[in-house]
Amino acid sequence: MDILNAFVAFLNFVFVPGLAYGAQLALGALGVTLIYGILRFSNFAHGDTMAFGTMVTILFTWWFQSIGLTAGVIPTAMLALPIGIAVTSALVLTTDRMVYRFYRRQKATPTILVIVSMGVMFVMNGIVRLIIGVDDQNFADGGKFLVSAGDFKAATGLKEGLAIKGSQAVTVITAFIVVAALFWFLQKTRTGKSMRAFSDNEDLALLSGINPDRVVQVTWIIAAALATIAGVLYGLDKSFRPFTYFQLLLPIFAAAIVGGLGSPLGAIAGGFVIAFSEVMVTYAWKKVVTYLVPESLAPDGLLQLMATDYKFAVSFAILILVLIFMPTGLFKGKSY
Amino acid sequence: MSKNLKLFLGVAVLFLLTGLFISWNQALFILNFALVSAIMALGVNIQWGYAGLFNTGIMGFAALGGLSVALVATPPVREAWSAGGAGILGGLAIGVAVLAAAVALWKRMPKGRTRGLAMIALLTVGFILFRAVFDPAVEAVEAINPSVSGNLGGLGLPVLVAWPVGGLLAAAAAWAIGKTALGLRSDYLAIATLGIAEIIIAVMKNEDWLARGVKMMNLQQRPWPVPFEVELQANETFLNFAASLGFDPVTGSSILVKLVYMVMILAVLALVIWLSERALNSPWGRMMRAIRDNEDAARAMGKDVTARHLQIFILGSAVVGVAGAILTSMDGILNPGTYQPLRFTFLIWVMVIVGGSGNNWGAVLGAMLIGWLWLIVESLGPVAMSAITSGMSEGPLKAHLVDSAQHMRLLTLGVILLLVLRFSPKGLIPEK
Repeated sequence: MDILNAFVAFLNFVFVPGLAYGAQLALGALGVTLIYGILRFSNFAHGDTMAFGTMVTILFTWWFQSIGLTAGVIPTAMLALPIGIAVTSALVLTTDRMVYRFYRRQKATPTILVIVSMGVMFVMNGIVRLIIGVDDQNFADGGKFLVSAGDFKAATGLKEGLAIKGSQAVTVITAFIVVAALFWFLQKTRTGKSMRAFSDNEDLALLSGINPDRVVQVTWIIAAALATIAGVLYGLDKSFRPFTYFQLLLPIFAAAIVGGLGSPLGAIAGGFVIAFSEVMVTYAWKKVVTYLVPESLAPDGLLQLMATDYKFAVSFAILILVLIFMPTGLFKGKSY
Repeated sequence: MSKNLKLFLGVAVLFLLTGLFISWNQALFILNFALVSAIMALGVNIQWGYAGLFNTGIMGFAALGGLSVALVATPPVREAWSAGGAGILGGLAIGVAVLAAAVALWKRMPKGRTRGLAMIALLTVGFILFRAVFDPAVEAVEAINPSVSGNLGGLGLPVLVAWPVGGLLAAAAAWAIGKTALGLRSDYLAIATLGIAEIIIAVMKNEDWLARGVKMMNLQQRPWPVPFEVELQANETFLNFAASLGFDPVTGSSILVKLVYMVMILAVLALVIWLSERALNSPWGRMMRAIRDNEDAARAMGKDVTARHLQIFILGSAVVGVAGAILTSMDGILNPGTYQPLRFTFLIWVMVIVGGSGNNWGAVLGAMLIGWLWLIVESLGPVAMSAITSGMSEGPLKAHLVDSAQHMRLLTLGVILLLVLRFSPKGLIPEK
């Protein structure tokens, strides 16, 4: 019984939150990795693209809520999501046209493009703060819990409860659908294949008649969609604050690099590696261990490896270790 | 040179106009801010302009400079030292020793599974030992009078000492970071340094025993010749002086304090510029630029690229650390919450790029111009927005627009950065 309780406590405090957070990071890292694969630079503005997409979605969510348009147990934000994606796509396509295309034609070095994306980051950050402000915004509605701790205890008779928040369920399901659709697109459609060809070998792809402008446009649209979805899911699960989204840049890049920059599969694996490490290192294991060991050995301390405030240090440490010992990442990305 | 002189004169006119139309107090405040930023920009320019190192962790080094002010200038808390000083120092020493042993072990032992296992065992034991010594000591220190101290306190030395110490602290951190991260490709280095800066801030926010974390630390003293406004206002000579010139002693004292700071910052700035110019035009400077322009060729010529990169990373970071110390001693308070990457890292980058990377005068010009813009948009933004929206009826939309007008500066800076990168990528004063 105690082992079961320990297992449920582990699921409740580590596995479920880690799974949801990992799915959010994976979606963010997919966007970063696609941009890197096709456009060949690290997009520093990705966090703020997420913030922008989420902001648009929040504004429409509020409007929908005010006219009474809701989706029952599913958060209203999911209804507003397509509009958020459309507006964000329009924004990044305009940005590409006005900013990045010039440097692409010039064949500028990746470092210059990174600095350019820093400028774009400033602009997007400014727009977001100008429109919605810097404060926390809460826009979650719909079903609060899929499984509540009380119900779970009553049903199983265990001492530990397992709670699955509605936002966590929505996150995991949405992420699964999005990733499946993305892989189908990349593997099966003509445009997806041309994107992969372009990413593998640009010259060869151009020779075989692939239209680079189209590939780039489709990449931006997909990246914008992924960023918006990731941002909205993160916002539903936690809360929306522009500065937090900027800070997500570090774990997202860590996830993309751990998986291997340029490798979509790696981005997903990396997202979960980073998320689970972060949750496990900052979780206080006292509860789980108390169930597992005899009473006489019960720990006094919290058994927390690191305070929650140091979660950045976890992504960072993993990032550095991977870069030093396995520079191409888990899935042999393009980075070397 | 005449064109560059005109540019500097143009910026000077901006400051004069600020003084004439807003207030001299405000103009001097912005000027001091811009001058400190100019020192930071020189640090970035040393790294990016001379050697092409893409460091986005400027905020972290500036914060270490600020931390040094708290550690050097505040009086020590004797009870805390006797309660947990030894434990904290001992714990830190154990931590460093374990890390050093791990590095040595990794280098000495032959490759294979034994090395991996030995490494894991060493780190696990080391971590447990570290926590066992460190945690009780921290608890003991933080329990002592937490509303006013709860930390170990500083050395009780004059603030001026903290300026070079800030540089040393930043240099030491840069050495450790450079050793691990400098071999990385440029955009990886950027991400790594971005992360390190966040970690440094997280440490300063959470380790209360160090400098009280988010509870902040007030400085009771100022760098040597700078007087306190209240003392000036009580001073006979100053009051007579103010009366004879016919200005208000309250504003006058505030302006005088800022002027003294200005002279001190200018002295540091001049020293840094002089040293960098000497370095840039020496054989060493030529070697650095050769490495920047073609690493492989430089390596083929027998230059130790990694060692030179480490050297310049340390030098640039130290300059940023000094500037960070100056800024904190000027603010009179150490508040880790105020360190924001947009303000301390990316703003400085915009200064260097707009001014002209690779040129010290360019970095200074960029800092003066962008620093002015940054603060003037903050104070003028809401005024301008009220003027624009004056035709609108009162309501939540108008209030929101006026409130968020201060965020215009991010937008403005982003647009300026993009325009400069596109149309004048070498900046206002290009590298010679």
